[in-house]
Amino acid sequence: MENTSKFSLIVLFAVFAVVCGLRNEDVSNVETLPTVQTMGQPWPMPNMYETSNVVLTVDENSFQFQTAGTFDCAILTDAYKRYAKLTFGGYISNRKRPTSLKFRPEIRSDQPVQKLEVALEMPCDGKIYPTLQSQENYDLIVGPGTARIQAPEVWGALKGLETFSQIVYRLETGEFVVNETLIRDTPRFPHRGLLLDTSRHYIAKPLIFKTLDAMAQNKLNVFHWHIVDDQSFPYVSKMFPDLSRKGAFNSETHVYTPADVADVIEYARVRGIRVMAEFDTPGHTQSWGKGNPNFLTECYSKGQPTGTFGPVNPIQDGTYDFLAKFFKEVSETFPDHYIHLGGDEVSFNCWRSNPNISDFMVKMNFSSDYSKLEEFYMQKVLDIVGSLKRGYLVWQEVVDNGVKVREDTVVHVWKGGWQAEMARVTGLGYHTLLSSCWYLNLISYGSDWVNYYKCDPYAFNGTAAQKALIKGGEAAMWGEYVDNTNVISRTWPRASAVAERLWSRQTVVSVEKATPRLAEHRCRLIRRGFPAEEINGPGFCEEEYNRF
Amino acid sequence: MLSMRCVLLAFICSTSSYALPRTQSGDVNPYRNSGKTKGQPWPMPLSYKPTPTVIPVNDIDFQFVNLGVHCELLTDAYKRYADIIFGSRSRRSLKFKPDRDVAGDSTVSVLQVNAISGCHGGLSIDSDESYTLSISPGKALLTSNETWGAIKGLETFSQLIYQTSSGQYVVNATEVNDRPRFKHRGLLLDTSRHYLRKEYILQNLDAMAQNKFNVFHWHIVDDQSFPYFSQKFPDLSGKGAYNPETHVYTPADITDIVNYAWRRGIRVMVEFDTPGHTLSWGYGQAGLLTKCYKGGKFTGEYGPIDPTLNTTFPFLSQFFAEVAQVFPDHYIFLGGDEVGYDCWQSNPGITAFMKKMGFGDDYTKLEQYYMQKVLDIVSGLKKGYMVWQEVVDLAKVAEDTIVNVWRDKWQDEMARVTGMGYKTLLSNCWYLNYISYGPDWSTYYKCDPQDFPGTAQQKSLVLGGTTTMWGEYVDDTNLISRFWPRAAAVGERLWSDASVTDVGEAQLRIAEHRCRMVKRGFNAEELIGPGYCDVEY
Repeated sequence: MENTSKFSLIVLFAVFAVVCGLRNEDVSNVETLPTVQTMGQPWPMPNMYETSNVVLTVDENSFQFQTAGTFDCAILTDAYKRYAKLTFGGYISNRKRPTSLKFRPEIRSDQPVQKLEVALEMPCDGKIYPTLQSQENYDLIVGPGTARIQAPEVWGALKGLETFSQIVYRLETGEFVVNETLIRDTPRFPHRGLLLDTSRHYIAKPLIFKTLDAMAQNKLNVFHWHIVDDQSFPYVSKMFPDLSRKGAFNSETHVYTPADVADVIEYARVRGIRVMAEFDTPGHTQSWGKGNPNFLTECYSKGQPTGTFGPVNPIQDGTYDFLAKFFKEVSETFPDHYIHLGGDEVSFNCWRSNPNISDFMVKMNFSSDYSKLEEFYMQKVLDIVGSLKRGYLVWQEVVDNGVKVREDTVVHVWKGGWQAEMARVTGLGYHTLLSSCWYLNLISYGSDWVNYYKCDPYAFNGTAAQKALIKGGEAAMWGEYVDNTNVISRTWPRASAVAERLWSRQTVVSVEKATPRLAEHRCRLIRRGFPAEEINGPGFCEEEYNRF
Repeated sequence: MLSMRCVLLAFICSTSSYALPRTQSGDVNPYRNSGKTKGQPWPMPLSYKPTPTVIPVNDIDFQFVNLGVHCELLTDAYKRYADIIFGSRSRRSLKFKPDRDVAGDSTVSVLQVNAISGCHGGLSIDSDESYTLSISPGKALLTSNETWGAIKGLETFSQLIYQTSSGQYVVNATEVNDRPRFKHRGLLLDTSRHYLRKEYILQNLDAMAQNKFNVFHWHIVDDQSFPYFSQKFPDLSGKGAYNPETHVYTPADITDIVNYAWRRGIRVMVEFDTPGHTLSWGYGQAGLLTKCYKGGKFTGEYGPIDPTLNTTFPFLSQFFAEVAQVFPDHYIFLGGDEVGYDCWQSNPGITAFMKKMGFGDDYTKLEQYYMQKVLDIVSGLKKGYMVWQEVVDLAKVAEDTIVNVWRDKWQDEMARVTGMGYKTLLSNCWYLNYISYGPDWSTYYKCDPQDFPGTAQQKSLVLGGTTTMWGEYVDDTNLISRFWPRAAAVGERLWSDASVTDVGEAQLRIAEHRCRMVKRGFNAEELIGPGYCDVEY
């Protein structure tokens, strides 16, 4: 297996070399062979993963998931039902490959694995939510008769269940088996996010659920919901219903009601995923203006209003009264400690054109430095959210522009030249997230996951103390060209590459070793009902996707 | 064929530029799609004259009335289009009935269809696809010479009907007089790099019909796998398919696909590409491929088909005789692209044969020798054939051969090939498997197959073109979303008049067309930018 994958990699590099070097050369002699897949290996790679050649049978009909010890809860028992299906379901029933001469391991059927026991060290009942501080570590031991998960918190146990479901596999005979295995696992980074943008295109709730399922299966733990932006305002505010009534693409069909939002949060919660909403201001707010007159800056040309609007108008009290009420509602709607406050790409043109803002600038002694006005605005917003006892994240521009923010602010780096920026931001002592190299919406032909996989958030010049400030990162799926038709196939399994980078040890870097494991992982996602697209080249899955 | 060409450059050679703004917006923010048309056709008919007169359409018991030939092909199409236009019957009966926005006796309750001939006629490259459609208050009439034109006209009719904001079905009084610019409007699927299950092939045929494509070019086998189940040589798929049980096309599957296509006016042209691109043939047909040598020893690897063995051509004769029966279309696509000579050069048996034939070191002569024999076999079966451009770059072929141009510098090649008097198809600018960020449809839209230096006589040899979806990175998970509606841009280029080139106008129509496809159940992806469809996927 190792040899074959090495071979296909060599082929891959040969193609790259030829293609890069000789634009018009024919590359017909280089054939891509079908990608090799592992069997029963986990993605992302656990922190410590030891597996032996002893193969134990698993009887899918009598297998039990059960809680051992004192702590039990609905999160666990629901997960057992889910993972019974994920572990054994989705296989095609008729499998006969009589001609196959593949290596057949020695199988021990005398002591089949009959159950998976889960033991927690802390209670998990009640409406508990995962947080940035949650412990996600677990141990998983698979031996004759029994498999066991030991975890401090239920969030770790969920990760262990996922891993268990991945290491069980089916032989060509149809038997389920699992290798004797010892796993001690813990994530490298506590914040492993995926951003979906529901403003450029509306994403229907069932597809958000499906995304959350896929996230859980890749051990991602933060759903960064870029819920509104210039193009539309699908968030239904109880206090300000006109925002979506006038700002959504369609106020009936293209909105997230309070019930929808609650459903998404609950669906995520029981899978150990935090839902972090982003309400990006003062730019990216065109859609807010429709349902909230006077909120945006009126742009002027030659002393006359042009009828167009710019960023949030930062010079009137009404703005902050509104934002205080609005963010209070947001903080009550989204239980996560963090709210993402945006702050990116603020264009100063409209502010500059507006005579009232010019007066204000003079009054405040900002002279013509509009970044001071931005700071003035951001500071007020941060204070509002801070007073709600919430933490906040901001895009990098906020600190780039010199806005002083609270110490515990998390800064989200997204622009090019991210290494210098990470060094700078961590040098200032801020907690930091990386997204720059994981813009999955920017597609290209071929196996681009390799680029995502190779990007390491520590790959910048900084002290150990600076590195320690990195909380992780996020894959981003901005919505300009993404909607219900392609959100799953475009995100998965490309986001899996990011997930392994954020979960696994820094030393897990071999593309060659990852390729067959990712190929298995993609087929597993397909078997579980996701249209996860091909990323390695020609090949097949035993169970292909079928929506029909 | 060609998978890995230089379009790859963009991502491999520059890996680290992430300077794009988050929004792609710059200073001018395209907050929403600039708009969509309502009830306008895609591709644009030759003559399309809508009027402002809005006529209600009776969606409760709409009827298609046959004035011309009676045949199952048409009655089947009526049922299909009733569902396409108004939703399936079960959905219809449950639906909220809105108040009428547009009232009066002008309601259109019937489409009269007068197809003069063609019920039992075969579908060919010379089929008449023209039709006229006349919609006025109280009356709608579709006329065509052949049923194939009526099928196209039904599609157009279905596109002209739209719903008002309250849900009422209406149509503008309109006169359409339509026929295609090119006879061969093809779309290629590759079922070797990845297997595509029958359901997706059928869905893709529906999408083709909706975009007035008329040839499904089925690149059915290649190096990577051999999913075609041959009755005479079952080992080919038995050993060459990814999985001989689940990843194959049985004769029954193929019949289903051919019939499904036929009922939509689509020909199925199969490709069996030789002598290169044949690794998967070797598993089930020992002795077919060339053994590659190194240092005087067989390396265990195989190259193209071995043209020097006396078993090769008897096998191909039997094989193509079967293919000719399984696939009723007149044309078989014989491939002939990208033949690598390294393995041939290494093989001592071939070296001896070269000497015997007096070919010297010129392996193109060996390729020509092979192709000529294959072409003769297929001619003997009374079939026509098409080939990739390399074949005529090297060999002399029968006059009626159709040459498919796929490589770069296509204008020069089109000039050359038509200059030699061959009929020609273009694919080069329509490789839809190559993806990039942003709206790429307009580049497909702007590519005109007659845009090369040549005489009117040469231009007239251009029969059309084929848009391709090579399968390296495409399977059931993303086939439809990756192909549609980007292929619609090619659909219009091949159908509509050469003068239809206004991208701005087309954008409004293709935006409607995408949403129409989404409403009809295709996960046709966004191709313009932020926006929405009233009915999302």
